[in-house]
Amino acid sequence: MNFDPMIPIWLQVATSIKQQIVTGRLPPGAKLPGGRDLALQYGINPNTAARIYQELEREGVCQTQRGLGTFVTDSGETVQRLREEMARGAVSRFLADLKGIGMNREDAIELIRKEDNTDDHQ
Amino acid sequence: MITSKDLTRKFGTKTAVDGVSLTLTPGHVYAMLGPNGSGKTTWMKMAAGLMKPTSGEVLFEGQPVGVESRRHVAYMSTEPYFYPWMTVKDVGAYYGDFFEDFSAEKYASLLREMELEEGMKTRTLSSGMMAKLKIAVTMARDARVYMLDEPFNGIDLLARDEIRQSILRESAEDKVLLLSSHLVEEMEAVCDTAIFIRQGKLIEVRNLEEMRETDHVSMADRYREIYGHTEG
Repeated sequence: MNFDPMIPIWLQVATSIKQQIVTGRLPPGAKLPGGRDLALQYGINPNTAARIYQELEREGVCQTQRGLGTFVTDSGETVQRLREEMARGAVSRFLADLKGIGMNREDAIELIRKEDNTDDHQ
Repeated sequence: MITSKDLTRKFGTKTAVDGVSLTLTPGHVYAMLGPNGSGKTTWMKMAAGLMKPTSGEVLFEGQPVGVESRRHVAYMSTEPYFYPWMTVKDVGAYYGDFFEDFSAEKYASLLREMELEEGMKTRTLSSGMMAKLKIAVTMARDARVYMLDEPFNGIDLLARDEIRQSILRESAEDKVLLLSSHLVEEMEAVCDTAIFIRQGKLIEVRNLEEMRETDHVSMADRYREIYGHTEG
């Protein structure tokens, strides 16, 4: 994984893990690597790795069971909520970008429709 | 674990390290940063107990550094330090004689990771392989403190990942790791704390994730801010 060194690394890895959860690559209840293994897997500092699980737990996305490890939540509802949150985030970033070049919400919807049609023809 | 108190070292009229007070705490991977000649190497040599300060002191767990602390501090200098007739295997044996905490097993596994073979002669190694050998033999110790001076120098892009992995594998709650490098980008994700030194003086010690969160800058950005206007 390539990091943007201006953005907290824990945030970038946490986002990557969340993406894996909402797409089902990390299914509900799946065991996550231990802190040290996570650090090695992503090539990051172990303190950063520890922070990632703290944040994911705080958001209810993961649970740590003492002596057993950290697991993806087994609540489908939580995963669904996470997916919606991430989608809303993506939409608001998209809208902010368009606003920056003087386009409004209606323009955005129109653009998405056009983009969809192009996709269909491919 | 390591505390330098008002540490100063002069060479003739030049002050290489100028009143540096600094504490390194277990559980952290530090990046020591500064342009060439800013005093990083001199500070490390004093912290490793290999050079006497002009004034001030360095304590390892409360005791002045010396024979005892050297048993717990693994230091890798920038200078090459093997005899050319040595094989990679000889280098391990040589280190094993010097340091009680040298682990032949760890050495063997580091050599595998870094694609070095015991039979290789040091004089025939490329500069990249030599750099890897220096790291392998240093990390093969079971030390409490690892100080690596310029571990990424002469090492190609792909092999830098191997170096990072071996550094991360060694990091632990009860250990201190300190890396100096002017390849700042190589250390962004591995280190958690940056120590900025300029002209022998300590400028600041920063937690990198905090810095990214509050100031939205990377370690490399901060480096440019600090040194950009005065030095190349």
